[in-house]
Amino acid sequence: MSFFLCDLQRKLKRLVLLSLAALLVGCASIPAGVERSPQDPWEPFNRSVFEFNEGLDAYVLKPVVAGYRFVLPEFVREGIYNFFSNYSDIYTALQNMLQGKPDYAFNDLMRVVVNTTFGLGGFIDMATPGGLDKHKEDWGQTFGVWGIPSGPYVVLPFFGPSTVRDTFGTVADLETDYFFKYINPVGLRNSLTGLRVVNARNTYYEAGDLLDGAAIDKYSFMRDAYIQRRQYQINEGRNDEEPTMPVYQNPYE
Amino acid sequence: MKSYKIITQYLLTGLLLIAGTVFAQTPDQATAPDALIKMVVTDVMASVKADPDIQKGNIPKVVDLVEKKIVPYTDMRRTTEMAMGPNWKKATPEQQNQLVMEFKNLLIRTYSGALSQLRDQTVQFKALRAAPDDKEVVVKTVVLGRGDPVPLDYRLEKTDKGWKVYDMNIMGVWLVEAYRNQFSNQISQNGIDGLVKFLQDRNKQLASAKPTN
Repeated sequence: MSFFLCDLQRKLKRLVLLSLAALLVGCASIPAGVERSPQDPWEPFNRSVFEFNEGLDAYVLKPVVAGYRFVLPEFVREGIYNFFSNYSDIYTALQNMLQGKPDYAFNDLMRVVVNTTFGLGGFIDMATPGGLDKHKEDWGQTFGVWGIPSGPYVVLPFFGPSTVRDTFGTVADLETDYFFKYINPVGLRNSLTGLRVVNARNTYYEAGDLLDGAAIDKYSFMRDAYIQRRQYQINEGRNDEEPTMPVYQNPYE
Repeated sequence: MKSYKIITQYLLTGLLLIAGTVFAQTPDQATAPDALIKMVVTDVMASVKADPDIQKGNIPKVVDLVEKKIVPYTDMRRTTEMAMGPNWKKATPEQQNQLVMEFKNLLIRTYSGALSQLRDQTVQFKALRAAPDDKEVVVKTVVLGRGDPVPLDYRLEKTDKGWKVYDMNIMGVWLVEAYRNQFSNQISQNGIDGLVKFLQDRNKQLASAKPTN
């Protein structure tokens, strides 16, 4: 346990260092006249990390993903997507147990069993057409279900939109990623990690372009969407009684 | 005997044709909100999948489809009002009309871009949870296929012209809510005319962009 905590501390330290580095790279200030969001007290810092991530995406990640899409046919990319999705279902099952949703957890476990066997090691998703719905849970969501407040909004270098709670969640996700951590040799592990990142970016390749077209201020668009989405994910499975509808201030009042 | 057979055949075809038009009905004012969403979505998805031009990324054609088949069941004025919040009252009637038009075009273009990527996805319609006298409901759907399932909910309001969609929830994010801060930021920086101009420029830019796929 103490080893775990020690390691956690080290990872957090590394994250903080990375954030500082990102801050040095570019210091974006808030555009004049922008109203401060109460959930985003560190907006100037966040905006500079956001700029750093945008640059990284535009010059490195997106071109790599474009090449990936050019080289590999769709069914191969889908197989790779399914493989990582099947792997993450193991964790989703665990998280659903921790969140007190055994029925979801059982569903997720069955997905892994079906997809690993009939789906040839996870490359084909047989579970979804078979009626086993896909869920996606992580530590940040579990912390949220346990009642831990999200804290201020943070943009992490490389990982993107987050909150203080979700930053701890991300560290815990990486920390508990046992299967990947113990893959030997290192070369294989690194290539798999690379493939995982490319696959993750590929899933929103088109959606990213749509977002760019739809956004008036991409930073605040992503922030407000992230905060809403996380809240929605945390309430998932318990808000069946009442659909959550925001109450909009009536402009005619 | 033979003519009898031909007559029955004609009758049958006639009946089938009538049945066809009855089932492919268009929603009217009395249509329930969940039935309305189901009809519109099913119809649009079938049209998108059946059109090879759209599959090749012909955006103007999708925009046309959206204008004809979806926009009549929406209330974009209300969407814009809600996204504007207290700033709505500060806009002149002319600015309001411009805002509605430009925001509508931006949303149509974004929605069309998403529609043109439809391939083998299917939509699951969830049971409606609402009281019969509700004036506002949320119809929940999930888009399945290719990647993670995408929850897509529609918020409708009862008007004297039937149910109208005025807000959408994509993966947990309400559209109106996601635009509120962006609108108010733009307005506090450049005023309402600045927002109108921003939307106009963006729409022009998107209209002239080449199809990506």
